[in-house]
Amino acid sequence: MSIVAAVILCTVVGTVGAIVLVAAAKFMAVEEDPRIEQVSACLAGANCGGCGYAGCADYAKAVVMDGVACDKCAPGGPKAAQAIAAIMGGEVSAVEKKAVVQCQGCEKNCKPSYEYTGIKTCAAAAALYGGPKACSQACVGFGDCVKVCKFDAIHIVDGVAVVDQSKCTGCGACASICPKKVIMIDEAGPAKPVVLCSNEDKGPVAMKECATACIACGMCQRNCPSDAIHVVNNIARIDYTKCTGCGVCVSKCPKKIITYPLKQA
Amino acid sequence: MIVKLAAIFFSMILVNNYVLVKFYGICPFLGVSKKLDSSLGMSGAVIFVMFMATAVTFPLQIFVLDPADLGYLQTIVFILVIAVLVQFIEIFLKKYMVSLYNALGVYLPLITTNCCVLAVTILVVDDYGADVATLGFAAAYIESLVCAVGSGVGFMLAMCLFSGVRTRVEACDPPEPFKGLPITLVSAAITSPYFMGFGGIVENIFNVTL
Repeated sequence: MSIVAAVILCTVVGTVGAIVLVAAAKFMAVEEDPRIEQVSACLAGANCGGCGYAGCADYAKAVVMDGVACDKCAPGGPKAAQAIAAIMGGEVSAVEKKAVVQCQGCEKNCKPSYEYTGIKTCAAAAALYGGPKACSQACVGFGDCVKVCKFDAIHIVDGVAVVDQSKCTGCGACASICPKKVIMIDEAGPAKPVVLCSNEDKGPVAMKECATACIACGMCQRNCPSDAIHVVNNIARIDYTKCTGCGVCVSKCPKKIITYPLKQA
Repeated sequence: MIVKLAAIFFSMILVNNYVLVKFYGICPFLGVSKKLDSSLGMSGAVIFVMFMATAVTFPLQIFVLDPADLGYLQTIVFILVIAVLVQFIEIFLKKYMVSLYNALGVYLPLITTNCCVLAVTILVVDDYGADVATLGFAAAYIESLVCAVGSGVGFMLAMCLFSGVRTRVEACDPPEPFKGLPITLVSAAITSPYFMGFGGIVENIFNVTL
């Protein structure tokens, strides 16, 4: 008899619980837009965080729910952006993003100012007088960016970081880890030039520090027909909203440090 | 009555702390205590689940299991009730408190099988079930609910204290074999005896016998 009672009791409790849950699932259901799943299927799925969201799923949700721009998935590139645009409706003309190291201070160009014997990370070395190189804005060259790159696209060559453009997805992981902030994510594409230096010292000082430093002479600024390049803090920087990619600055630069790093040779 | 309730409440937090004195609920204690935010969120969920679970299981024990002489079904029935409750809370949070739902993430379903919650419901019946005969059901019920909330707050206190300890431990550089969980367990072992020191303090402050 007691077995029957026990079975009945457990069944009743279980059934009541089931009814409560079914009712809750029905009345408190969260309706998720089916497009969220479609959008996340288009993304690269690397969860690199380059878009600025917690992960691919989070970004997909932001695209569908908040109407965030659909070209933020760097690893997915223009293909993913177009696929998302097709789902969300609308067109997009996205340029592939690539990382560009704005420093050419390799061992030959930029001599060390002291011998660094500490922990071999950029973050630690950068904390000591801005790094062991003569130029205190230079790439430190211990490869914090190499460790953080999920695509094996950045390497240290002769003491300076070099991006492998064929592998780079422009996710921006290297740019955000770099303690010297010499890596920029180029959204302007191969048609527009980049100043490959970050040195903020005055001309004569910069010249002594590194063979490939921007000496802030202002030749580029004076000759630019579209007022797109300016020397600020002793370093030339290009405003890509104005730059037409004409190449005048490239030819005028006496140090030859303004180039088209993304252009295929 | 109020004095006794206060004594029960504080004794559950300090003297009979479920995590640091009775060693229940060690899994979330070690797993979720890395950050103060997540440990607070987890503790909030635990307090809520403990309260709701006790609110349901105590009458269930007194009015259903005991009269039917099915006290031995306590464990399985209570687990059922707790599992349903946790699922319900998960659905509820997903609908109405999305930020908390995102914060708790994978840990919320863990409460389903959390020994801490089951222990509260069972020990409350053991401790205050007898009071039903002497004080009446209402008084015993209130006592048990206060005890459940106190246990949850005690859990929260332990979690918050330990998340503070862990942020300090994380900044240290222990020897290689101690890194990660071992050093966490060692610091937990050092944290817990301090709560042993609270023994008897509540009875003497409130001048009651529990």
